Amino acid sequence: MNNLVREPILSLDDVSITYPGAPAPAVRGVTLDVAQGETLGLVGESGSGKSSLAAAIIGLLPDGSQIGGTVRFEGRDLAHMPARTLRALRGTEIATIAQDPFTALNPIMRIGRQLDEFQHWRGDLNRAERRARATDMLAQVGLSDPEVRMTQYPHQMSGGILQRIAIAAALLAEPKLLIADEPTTALDATTEAQILGIMADAKARVRGATVFITHDISVVERLCDRVAVLYAGELVESGTVAQVLEAPKHPYTQALLACDPARIGKPTRSLPTIPGTVPAPDNLPQGCVFAPRCPVAIECCETIRPKLESAGPGRRAACHLVNT
Amino acid sequence: MANYLLRRVILGLAVLVVAMLLLFLLIYAVPGDPATIALGPRASEAQKAFFREQMGLDDPLPVQALTFLWNLMHGDFGTDILSQRPVADLVFAALPKTILLAVVGVLWAAVIGVPLGIWAAMRPNTWTDWVIGIISTSVVALPAFLTAIYALILFAVQLSWFPAIGAGEPGNYGDQAHHLVLPAFAIGVAWVGYIARLVRVAMLETLAQPHVRTYRSFGVSDLRIALRFVLPIAVVPVISVLGVGMGNLLSGAVLVEVVFSRPGLGSMAYDAVISRNFPVLLGSVVVTTALYVVANFIADAAIAYLDPRLAEKG
Repeated sequence: MNNLVREPILSLDDVSITYPGAPAPAVRGVTLDVAQGETLGLVGESGSGKSSLAAAIIGLLPDGSQIGGTVRFEGRDLAHMPARTLRALRGTEIATIAQDPFTALNPIMRIGRQLDEFQHWRGDLNRAERRARATDMLAQVGLSDPEVRMTQYPHQMSGGILQRIAIAAALLAEPKLLIADEPTTALDATTEAQILGIMADAKARVRGATVFITHDISVVERLCDRVAVLYAGELVESGTVAQVLEAPKHPYTQALLACDPARIGKPTRSLPTIPGTVPAPDNLPQGCVFAPRCPVAIECCETIRPKLESAGPGRRAACHLVNT
Repeated sequence: MANYLLRRVILGLAVLVVAMLLLFLLIYAVPGDPATIALGPRASEAQKAFFREQMGLDDPLPVQALTFLWNLMHGDFGTDILSQRPVADLVFAALPKTILLAVVGVLWAAVIGVPLGIWAAMRPNTWTDWVIGIISTSVVALPAFLTAIYALILFAVQLSWFPAIGAGEPGNYGDQAHHLVLPAFAIGVAWVGYIARLVRVAMLETLAQPHVRTYRSFGVSDLRIALRFVLPIAVVPVISVLGVGMGNLLSGAVLVEVVFSRPGLGSMAYDAVISRNFPVLLGSVVVTTALYVVANFIADAAIAYLDPRLAEKG
């Protein structure tokens, strides 16, 4: 095996993101790799920076945002690439699935025309061929009457059907990197289960890797190989799903798992929560970002920021209690 | 869709009937004896009585109102006091000229205003946006008759580029087009600014919607997104505002026709006021109102065509 094959599809090194006009970066020092064939779950509460990271990867942060560090996709730095070159990767090698299927499609255009437009890079196909591909893909994501769907408008369909269409749109690109930003958050529980099944099929068809953004640990368990936990814009723990979910090292990951209703065995009158709130990016504690809410914090946690360091084979954590 | 349009037609007809009744009451409330006004102060009592009898002026008010409506619905607008010709003939001869003026005026304004609005919305809060904003806000404030007078003085009187008076030789389309330039310019100037402002706001609002991000995440260029996927949504509110603004456009056309002595509904109404030619005034006002209702219907139909969600809701 030569080095090229082992090179990760996506490699983030010390990535920080500062929004225009913001006093402090929203994401700081995130370093992680996604290998060929792997599905990474990016987990965190709202405001943890997971969607900002996704936007940074595809170059859709608001104008004037600053990205520090490097975001390498197959060795090319996406963060410092001309906008035109990066745009040519979107919809070809990198595809995304948006969070809310109800607003992700143009409300006044038929599905067929939209799926045709999403294939705009495929100049090698004529319109009839692109439409045939789209109809075929709709059938593959489990939609009945794909020809009818092609002629319908988004408001005529349910959230589950719309999200299948969004998945089909992403798969039409035959991407090397698929980014799904909370694709089931806007759906009800039954539909969510169906869409997760479709997603499992979908990621198997992606040529490279998949990044799955979610706040739901059970989604990670079901779909992902590795997991990266974000807190207040920093990566606090990463590892394989089996390692992290069975024996979380970072106190934040431990608290997050303790709050997952699916993992609570005993009957309870109240669901556990993590006391306190996530600090704002411009008002971070001096030491560890989680220290003010951490149940096991010691003195040095308040003053010294822990580095993300190896915590066993293939896993890392940013915590003084783990690293010392 | 058909259901939606049918409902709009019925609504439009209802508006027309109510407007006609209001118009009737307005005329009824005009001070002075219509017979004296029509026949002059030296007419005998017998003549006046005969006139009243003939015009149905002694009938009860509701009967008069219904007769008024009935006649209008049958295209009977009365007789021109001066020429003794049916008012309907005069009005329908003038109608196309006014429609042409209004349509050309608003069309050229849209051709300039829509791209300006798109351009400003694609570069919000930049110099481009500010310059377009300053220009469009300043021209919105210009009344059409004022623009008409200045255009007349500058381009017709001083530079002699365009004729100052009339609508051109009948049958000579080149000459008619030449005569149309200045009046259409005068009507459209304020609309350029108005349309640019409306389009900018609607574009900005639509550009912020999540589906725009979906298209960007598929690498579709910003210009293509703006023109093909955002503009068709953004023009919907613009069209409905323009439909309501037709009243303004028509009153602008009236004044501009007077300034340029162009034949049309406007100058006809103006002359009728001066000469107290009531039937002609009435006819031109009725047709102008109908024009307004029809313009609104066209706006509603265009919106239903563009946004399938509206047509289904009804």
